[in-house]
Amino acid sequence: MSENNLLKVENLRTEFKISRKKSVAAVSDITFEINKGEIVGLVGESGCGKSVTSLSIIRLLNDTSGEITHGSVWFKGSNLLKLSDEEMRQIRGKEIAMIFQEPMTSLNPVLRIDNQLIEAIQLHTEYTKQEAREHALETLRSVGIPDPERVSRCYPHQLSGGMSQRVMIAMAMSCYPDLLIADEPTTALDVTIQAQILDLMQGIRNTRGTSILLITHDLGIVAETCSRVYVMYAGRIIEEAPVDILFSDPSHPYTQGLIASIPKLGLEAESLPFIPGSVPDITMMPGGCRFHPRCRYAMEICSQKEPELISINESQKCRCWLKTSEYSIKTENGESRK
Amino acid sequence: MQTSTFIDQPIKKAENRTKYYFRKFFQRKTAVIAAVIILIFLFFAIFGPQIAPFDPSLPDYDNLYGAPDAVHWFGTDEFGRDVLSRLLVGTRNSLGVSLASVLIGAAIGTFLGVLAGYYGGIIDSVVMRGSDILFAMPDILLAIAIVAIIGPGIINVVIAVAVFTIPSFARIMRSATLSVKSSLYVEAARSIGCKNSRILWVHIFPSTIQSMIVNFTMRIGTAILAAASLSFLGYGAKVDEPDWGAMLSSGRNYLDIAPHLVYFPGLLIFIAVLAFNLLGDGLRDTLDPKLK
Amino acid sequence: MGRYFVKRVLGTIPLLLVISFLIFMFIHLIPGDPVRNMAGREATTEELENLRESMGFNKPLYQQYFSYLNDLFHGDLGISYKTKLPVSEMMIGRLKPTLKLTFFAMLWSTIVGIAIGVLSAINRGKLIDYLGMLIAISGISIPGFWLGLVMIQIFSVKLGWVPTGGLDTWKSYFLPSITLGCGIMAILARFSRSSMLDSLGEDYVRTARAKGQRERLVILRHAFRNSLVQVVTVIGLQIGGLLAGSVLIETVFTIPGLGRLLVDSLAFRDYKVVQALLLFFSFEYILINLIVDLLYGVLNPRIRLK
Repeated sequence: MSENNLLKVENLRTEFKISRKKSVAAVSDITFEINKGEIVGLVGESGCGKSVTSLSIIRLLNDTSGEITHGSVWFKGSNLLKLSDEEMRQIRGKEIAMIFQEPMTSLNPVLRIDNQLIEAIQLHTEYTKQEAREHALETLRSVGIPDPERVSRCYPHQLSGGMSQRVMIAMAMSCYPDLLIADEPTTALDVTIQAQILDLMQGIRNTRGTSILLITHDLGIVAETCSRVYVMYAGRIIEEAPVDILFSDPSHPYTQGLIASIPKLGLEAESLPFIPGSVPDITMMPGGCRFHPRCRYAMEICSQKEPELISINESQKCRCWLKTSEYSIKTENGESRK
Repeated sequence: MQTSTFIDQPIKKAENRTKYYFRKFFQRKTAVIAAVIILIFLFFAIFGPQIAPFDPSLPDYDNLYGAPDAVHWFGTDEFGRDVLSRLLVGTRNSLGVSLASVLIGAAIGTFLGVLAGYYGGIIDSVVMRGSDILFAMPDILLAIAIVAIIGPGIINVVIAVAVFTIPSFARIMRSATLSVKSSLYVEAARSIGCKNSRILWVHIFPSTIQSMIVNFTMRIGTAILAAASLSFLGYGAKVDEPDWGAMLSSGRNYLDIAPHLVYFPGLLIFIAVLAFNLLGDGLRDTLDPKLK
Repeated sequence: MGRYFVKRVLGTIPLLLVISFLIFMFIHLIPGDPVRNMAGREATTEELENLRESMGFNKPLYQQYFSYLNDLFHGDLGISYKTKLPVSEMMIGRLKPTLKLTFFAMLWSTIVGIAIGVLSAINRGKLIDYLGMLIAISGISIPGFWLGLVMIQIFSVKLGWVPTGGLDTWKSYFLPSITLGCGIMAILARFSRSSMLDSLGEDYVRTARAKGQRERLVILRHAFRNSLVQVVTVIGLQIGGLLAGSVLIETVFTIPGLGRLLVDSLAFRDYKVVQALLLFFSFEYILINLIVDLLYGVLNPRIRLK
């Protein structure tokens, strides 16, 4: 583990019970890492397992029938999966914080904003209530809320979506965590607010050096904010690349399809390309490579054996038989399609 | 190089809806047991007189207040009559009254509720105000008041219980109707020119049945308790007729010397109501789309 | 919030009027001549006429209704035919036992009911959950009057721990309160369980855990605090019905309360008393529902701060 490394997930596997005896793996063989001060993107369609992965890291699977069955999550020298509940509880909110998709429902409707912030602060510090209140106002100011006094006395339903998400971010950042996990933080917000929130998050990284794991299905956001990206499909990581390479030279056919389907200004085309088919149901996964039924390059081996995630150069990894030396062929670049 | 193929997954055959519900229902053991108990009670109600070991009205002056023994499994009452036989025959009364009253209340309440939900306007206001008024008094009190007006007796108990059952059905069916009213298939039916009444009863009503079934079952339990309470207070069946509530009422006088006269009738009421409530719970869980 | 308040209060007034009218009509709906029913068969014509006059039955119906309303406003509920005492006096005398009984029943059933519900919700699917819900469903299925009798037999006759009836000592309150509270305990247990389950599944509970909050406080401070709003509503609704449930319990335990008074007065055809009692029970039920509605508005910040 290098000096710069903050989080390293290795071979994570999380299973869910679908009946009394059967479990299925929602995600498996998940390996990725985040370095200090990095904004890393985790991209994929709904249902690909992004949220499950993030909840597994922070071990918040108790609402679900999910269970981590394999792997390790290295954070600052310890394996989070081996910590006791109490030790993990102390890390949550203090060293790793998480914000969620729907800010409006993620705040307790019967408690005032300041009390919710104070709660978060007092959990991990020795502040008195008064000190915590002042700290809360500070954090609200730092996320760009112009009138923290007034907002802190409000109840969640009195705030707009953008404001609520700022409050969530303030609450998450109030104890200065090293890692912020943001699960679809802007999906429920208007586009203009989206931009503000993203700026805010980048600002946090710039001033505090907080690493961010940004989970989203929106490639545009990824392009704007992330330095490295992991692409997930059907519970697997299928590509890893620095952001510019991901967009200019995607290696996995799925990623290529995704990039190609982004409408681009000035491009003359009759119809928007798309990836045929749909994401398979978790209980009926195809054998071999999970993407093969929808892949235009599918070969025989693709339906038989699942490929490993291998490095294809010093910064890129891909889980595809096409990239393995024996099967390597030139793939079409997403840009020129005819 | 293969050409891309569309996903070739087997589509799960859509299970017949009734079969699906049955399967889900039988997975819940308590509900099944409850259903069995109810069937047993129904059996008693129908065949009570035939299977009763003794004539329920036959006194036996040599054996007053007899404790339960091998001959009289549940003992004898203050006239020496066999308690078990009276209970068995009384099933017909107690269950009959409850079923009848809930059926009547459900029929009227459903009719009013569906009309109110579908047509809205004045009908809706009238039905809603009406049920507010009926709801303004606690159940038992309303029943007592009604029985005070129309007099005691089994038929009147049925009427009283039916009356306070009406508003709950009216409310439930009204909201069920309201939620179905705006669905697409109703719009489709209307657009091909279906008459209102046809839309109402052929299209909307069947979708609302789910809401009704659970409420129906639970209300039977309520009705059994209400009828028994009324009988206990003396407003129900005549004292000599075998009726669980009435037996409890007269048995009360002999509590210290013959407690079995109180234990058994009440126990039966308890089991019957419990069975209906468990069944209602089971049905609600079965029919609830959110629970898989 | 003010608008909500006013709307609800105003909406109740027509209901109260209608109910008072129906109860007023109650006497006249009873088949037969009310006066003859009251006085009995041996009464002379003169006695009947006197009674008719004193009850005001000779006046036209609408006049009777207005004087009835007028009397109500002045707190005059009439004179009891049987005891010749003012009805209001009789009722006040009987009010205390009923209220005390209701109070104790509410006390234990609220605490136990909510506790069972919350514990069941937290331990969903485990043994505690099944036991809790079994207790709850038994509580709503059991006939109160039977439970009372059985308990009298066991705890009073056999064991002699408590008296069989009446309200002479503080011990007398045990059995009736327990019996009266059973139904409520059961309903609260079921309701608070489902309310807690709903709360526990909400996003803000996930946030609380993500903040690093202890599980116990997550449950109490976040999930339960939100359920409480709804649970309070249900509690309030039950209080209203509780006073009426006392009818049966007071009969079983021979407690001189309002419920017993109703049953006795019906038997004696003491219509004025019956009328007054029905009025009382309906009004308090309606009023309590109103208070509960308003309380809900206060507790729920979404409504309070409109």
